[in-house]
Amino acid sequence: MSTEYIGKPTSRVDGRDKVTGKAQYAAEFEALNLTYGVVVSSTIAKGRIKAMDISAALQLPGVLQIFTHDNRPGLAWFDKSYQDEDSPPGAPFRPLYDEKILFSQQPIALVVASTFELARYAASLVKVTYETEPHVTDLNQLRQDAYTPSKYKSAEPTPRGDAETGLAQAAIKIEAEYNHPSEHHNPMEMHATTVAVAEDGTLTIYDKTQSVLNSQKYISKIFGLSTKEARVISPFVGGAFGSGLRPQYQLFLAMMAALQLKRSVKVVLTRQQMFSFGHRPATIQKLVLGAQANGALEAVVHEAIAETSQFEDYSENLVNWSAMLYKCENVQLTHKIAKMDVYTPLDMRAPGGVSGMFALECAMDELAYATKLDPLELRLVNYADKDYSEDKPFSSKELRQCYQQGAEKFGWNKRNPKPRSMREGKELIGMGLATGAWEVKQKEASAKATLSVDGTLQVSSATADIGTGTYTIMTQIAAETLGLPMEQVTFKLGDSTLPEAPLQGGSWTAATVGSAVKQACEALKEKILAGLRSAKDSPFEPVQTLEDVVFTDGRVFLKNNSEQSVSITEAMRLAGENVLEVTITAKPKKNQQEYAMFSHSAVFAEVRVDEDFGTVRVSRVVSAIAGGRVINPKTARSQVLGGIVWGIGMALEEESVIDQQYGRFINHDLAEYHVPVSADVHDLEVIFVEEHDDIVNPIGAKGLGEIGIVGAAAAIVNAVYHATGKRIRNLPITLDKLL
Amino acid sequence: MNSFTYTRATTLETAVQDKASAELAKFIAGGTNLTDLMKVNVEGPNHLIDIRQLALKDITDNADGGLRLGALATNADTAYHEQVAKRYPLLAKAILAGASAQLRNMATNGGNILQRTRCYYFYDTATACNKREPGSGCAALSGFNRIHAILGASEHCIAVHPSDMAIALAALEANVNVTGQQGNRTIPFSDFHRLPGDAPHLDNTLQPDEIITSIDLPAKGFAQHHAYLKLRDRESYAFALVSVAAGLEMDGDTITEARIALGGVAHKPWRNREAEDLLTGKSATEENFKLAAAEIMREAKGYEHNSFKIELGKRAIMRALEQAVKMSNKPDSHFHRTSTEPV
Repeated sequence: MSTEYIGKPTSRVDGRDKVTGKAQYAAEFEALNLTYGVVVSSTIAKGRIKAMDISAALQLPGVLQIFTHDNRPGLAWFDKSYQDEDSPPGAPFRPLYDEKILFSQQPIALVVASTFELARYAASLVKVTYETEPHVTDLNQLRQDAYTPSKYKSAEPTPRGDAETGLAQAAIKIEAEYNHPSEHHNPMEMHATTVAVAEDGTLTIYDKTQSVLNSQKYISKIFGLSTKEARVISPFVGGAFGSGLRPQYQLFLAMMAALQLKRSVKVVLTRQQMFSFGHRPATIQKLVLGAQANGALEAVVHEAIAETSQFEDYSENLVNWSAMLYKCENVQLTHKIAKMDVYTPLDMRAPGGVSGMFALECAMDELAYATKLDPLELRLVNYADKDYSEDKPFSSKELRQCYQQGAEKFGWNKRNPKPRSMREGKELIGMGLATGAWEVKQKEASAKATLSVDGTLQVSSATADIGTGTYTIMTQIAAETLGLPMEQVTFKLGDSTLPEAPLQGGSWTAATVGSAVKQACEALKEKILAGLRSAKDSPFEPVQTLEDVVFTDGRVFLKNNSEQSVSITEAMRLAGENVLEVTITAKPKKNQQEYAMFSHSAVFAEVRVDEDFGTVRVSRVVSAIAGGRVINPKTARSQVLGGIVWGIGMALEEESVIDQQYGRFINHDLAEYHVPVSADVHDLEVIFVEEHDDIVNPIGAKGLGEIGIVGAAAAIVNAVYHATGKRIRNLPITLDKLL
Repeated sequence: MNSFTYTRATTLETAVQDKASAELAKFIAGGTNLTDLMKVNVEGPNHLIDIRQLALKDITDNADGGLRLGALATNADTAYHEQVAKRYPLLAKAILAGASAQLRNMATNGGNILQRTRCYYFYDTATACNKREPGSGCAALSGFNRIHAILGASEHCIAVHPSDMAIALAALEANVNVTGQQGNRTIPFSDFHRLPGDAPHLDNTLQPDEIITSIDLPAKGFAQHHAYLKLRDRESYAFALVSVAAGLEMDGDTITEARIALGGVAHKPWRNREAEDLLTGKSATEENFKLAAAEIMREAKGYEHNSFKIELGKRAIMRALEQAVKMSNKPDSHFHRTSTEPV
């Protein structure tokens, strides 16, 4: 037996529950006297509701209530009550607030009935008359109206030097515009909330969310409930990718109905309604790169315009990557946003990084051809040995290793540098690469660890597992820290009564909650040791500190005499303890601020393009990741594979199409919003390069949820150029663009 | 979705009677398209007649040397049927190019050719659609019409038929056998689906009281020289932007008969006899293929987002013909492949 788990490929501890259906998701919870709510959505993008006729629907036996802006209960109506932890600056959307329509598919009524089928039918009978106003939903037409937000949500552009002079000095210059459309998260599980009202009126709220605490605070503020009165539970999430960072309107509506009707209510959005809230914003990005003849960058200009809603100023870290990814003295950055009649965009896997580095890395590819340098060589010429944007050293950066190992595995040296030079029959073959980066963050988080006399350990924190493997890696960390077999360790999450944890996002959960779990288990070790010190029959000579012992294989060993050991259960018995419990809060160390902390990647892609049809097949991808310590290579690999697959989607398939006549996403289902299917996914390889980092956090892990998608799309786009000689700058590259 | 009554028909006669007795009745078999449309309130039958118990599942030999496909045989059972795979590989390939394995296991042959368009606007009741709601207009005409028709469309509708199977059936000149209150009749495949004209709400010529009982494949199966080429936005589970079912009879290098049917371009599987005649008696050269392709696309008309289909269609026709000529006579062992590579 060995209790060393960190760094070992480990199957998901919740895998069996998931594949057997035992794992329960928000829409699957049963509740006393459950009723069903179905949302009615607006069919126009802008205007007002003139009249709503709910009489026919209300007359159906079994329909309990139809909530609209006309009859909704009085609630907290201040903007700030609706703000949540992920709100951008502005006034959050308030469901059923008034008759105004702010975006297409806006929820305008909730029909509650005794069965789901009845509620759905009744919803179809609600008749609405609108007074429409002209809407704007075309970002391209809003270039002139784009503005600099008074406050950026996450990152303010950090220009430096003098790009104009830099460009004037440059021997070679490229300038191009890159666009990508709005995209939706499309998690497999639709958003859902079940509010269970017990006989005594106690509420239990099962919500699809990336933070039970965020949901809890949101409904507490709006409905005037104490946190005790509003317990939010979310043990399993069927994919979220950022869509669960903000409380969605089904939570509000289910809560409102449950409180009004004093009945349990379940509200599940339809697949079409999954296109009615946050999404990755469309962007228009201009890149100007100036370089010396040897490829060294003289200037980088990155100007971006992105969409936002009429009511909030959403912005993401879109352009700062152009200041940190390469060494360059002169960087000019602007990031403007434009108001459209859509719902506010929302963080979606590697928000900003995916979009910004798609543009930057395609531009770098163009520069490589302009300078007649190998694209990999160009990256090495401009390799940043520190973060020039903040003039800080990197806490660690093994990107060179990513380039080297990735290139070797991929066979980059077999690439003929000339575009449209490689083919097999009618297939044009192309190879492309791109760099990726993602910011590493540790937030503050708490965890509780409870060790029972039978040697079982339960660790808990109010974080989430959105399919990323949180349950598994936290169990690994706890088991290894305390030296217990994994089978004796359980990790609990997704319950607002548990110790506080931040939103599950930003790739920070492994570092943040992992550090808390580690520290909680270390505190337990202290307690066990204290018990041994005070025990009358301790087998050890007086032991002073943790330095003197090793916890492994369920036992405590003396470091200088491994013959001497005591089992953890025995140690507790000797100390007369039935249960040991600690709750700790782990905070990031202050010295982190002296460093730039990033994970990096080098992505290599091979595509095969039919020369007559323009159909693109991504035949091979190698993604080499420098992401610090990899806690679980198995789940980590899955994360990166998912990122690559999404990169294929972004490069070739994904687009939330807005019909401009209706101001409405029109391909709103999974038949017509294309994501890659198995047949689109061929040979994918993930390399984790060694990267040691003591600064990022006590675990040394950088987080891998997002880095896998960054760079993937650009590598594919660059490979398409290499295959065809056609530079497509508007995503997705559907076949018509290559004809 | 509205409430509806549901019965299970045990005989063809009662099924037909039942259908005629209720104005908004629908037959349901695999339900892979109908239930989707009911959920989004595009279809709203008040009565469903489940026909899955009818004895229409068999695939049997016909006296004329052809094959009869039961209307209720599933798409999967049809595609993998020994005789279909051997004598009509074009059909098998077309079926397997469509939908997903799960859907093909449920979907039936009758239902397949009755499936409705995937036009975004047809599916979204917030928009105008003459097919869904006659007289409401066609939002696709001035909307996002990338997946829409380039041939045979009208100012009332530019939707396309989504079936892959139907494209092969059109090329094979199948016959559709139906039963109604007036008795039995046989509809040649080319007359089964309609062009939209001013009545796009009618997809086909099946009468309200009629039910498809089987589809007859003529003896000629083009097993030696055929291709089904489907071009789409991803490798599986996407409808055709353009698809081509090609069947050739060859005498040495000379084409003695040609069949070309196109999918993804019109309200019905698209055939052009003039183009096929152009190839008859000619040698299988790129030049001749080009002439045929040009003839088929001669009257093609693109809209704002779909003009690319005209050139794509031409190239697809040429490639399909080329593949049909060059295909080896070895039986196909990999019907799961749906890509554009030569088979």
